[in-house]
This record gives sequence, C-alpha cells and structure tokens, in this order.
Amino acid sequence: MLLRRVWPSRPAFDNPFADFGQLRREMQRMFEAWDGVREPQAGVFPPMNVTQDNDNFYVRAEMPGIAAKDLSISAVRNRVSIAGKREIPPENEQVSYHRKERAQGEFNRIVTLPSELAADKVDARYSDGILTLTLPKAEEAKPRQITVKS
Amino acid sequence: MKESLEMQKADGEKLQAFPEQTRPGPVYTPAVDIFESDDRISVLADMPGVKAKDLKIDLRENVLTLSAQVSSPEAQGESSILREFETGTFFRQFTLSEVIDQAKIDTKLTDGVLRLELPKLEKAKPRQITVH
Repeated sequence: MLLRRVWPSRPAFDNPFADFGQLRREMQRMFEAWDGVREPQAGVFPPMNVTQDNDNFYVRAEMPGIAAKDLSISAVRNRVSIAGKREIPPENEQVSYHRKERAQGEFNRIVTLPSELAADKVDARYSDGILTLTLPKAEEAKPRQITVKS
Repeated sequence: MKESLEMQKADGEKLQAFPEQTRPGPVYTPAVDIFESDDRISVLADMPGVKAKDLKIDLRENVLTLSAQVSSPEAQGESSILREFETGTFFRQFTLSEVIDQAKIDTKLTDGVLRLELPKLEKAKPRQITVH
C-alpha cells in the first residue's frame, strides 16, 4: 500500500504555506481514490503515516514480516528514528520461483516531529505487520486551555 | 495444443477485467512470492494491517483470489501530518496451472504476511466404471 512520494520526508512546519501543502495532499488523496487499482510502486521504506492529537503523536509504519528483535527505535528531542532489517528466510527445499516481488534488506528512517517529545514515555507496538508508535508530547509543548477572566 | 493456448489467453483476458467493487476506497495489489516444489505451490503475500478475520481466500476453477479489507487504525481526533500509505482493500488473482487438493490447503497469517500452501492433487486415478 505504498503511495507515490511527492512531498519531502520532513514536513515544513515553519513554512507559512504548509497548510497549502496539506490541502494539496488531501486533494491528491481524493483524486487517487478515484483511480481504482494501484500497482505497487518503488518508494520509501517503510511507508509511514504520522498523525497527532492534543497529547500524542502517532507514527504508523507498514512493515510486514519483521521480527520485533530486528527493530531498533529511538527518540530524542523531536526526532524519532526507526531502523531495522527485513529478512525473508530461504526455502529449505528445492523450489522454483514463479514470482519474487517481496523485498528485503535494511532500512533506517528518521522523522522530525513538529514539537518536543517525552522520549521516556514512548510506546511501540507491532501487530499485523504495522508498527505503531505513540509518542507523548513534552509537557511544555502541549496546548493549554486558557480561560478568559471577565 | 494451439487451441488450448488460445483458450488460456481468452481466459487470461477475461481475468484482466477487474470485478466491480461493492465498497468504496482504493484497491491495492499485494507483493507476492510464488514458488513451486514437486508436491505443492506456495504463495507468500505481504498484506500489512490485515487481520485473519478480514482475509478471504477463494479457489475455484483454477483461479485463486486473495482479498482483504483493511480498516484505518486511526482514532477520530487525530489529524494527519504526513501520509505515505492508505488503507483500503487488497486484491489479487492468479490462475493456477496445476490441480490443487482443496481439502489440504493450509493458510497462515503472521505479522501481515500470508503464507498459503497449495498441495498438488495426486494424479487423477483412472476410475473403474462398471456396466450393470
């Protein structure tokens, strides 16, 4: 489920036109949804989705068939890095291949998030081939509700 | 021989036509490895995010169909920052040249990788037909 990559891996948070970029992406998603069948395309690995709510950032990465022990995840300040390798074990017996499309090898990606993280509270889960990182925002980076006094 | 080739081609063209979808959303082609040994055909497919209950495997008239629906793991209040993959439906079909023993098909789904073992059917034994 890889999408063509048309924007840089580091989203431009300090860019006044960032919202236009967001709009463009949303438009593109909308148009792509009409295309129907999509063929696999070469691109970044692993493909990631980054979302946020008030308290956390969420990083989800598609990486099927990876052993948890082969993953190394680290978070520092506002950056999180995911490194690892995917190995496809060789078949024991004599087999002849008809198709071999699944890729293997090492990977390393670093994502810069818009604000600082509470790096000691990061939670990582791997299930059904999807890695989910829950990255709590640092206390000082959380939005605060301000009451107006009359 | 020529005739059978043509028939296969006609069949292949028919399979090219994508079945009409009943659910909206994008359709993805999973990456697969297919290999064959003396007694079976094995299919490995990368389907990240697929749960066993959402996976449908169908084998009829030598056409193997894999399909799976993936629902978005994101919660309501989340807003998107970076988006490189989407969730939707995985779909892929293959025509198998060998006769498969349907009763002995074995499937395993671990960490988003489907492994399908399709044992070949023992050569169809000649049947004795008695006339009463």
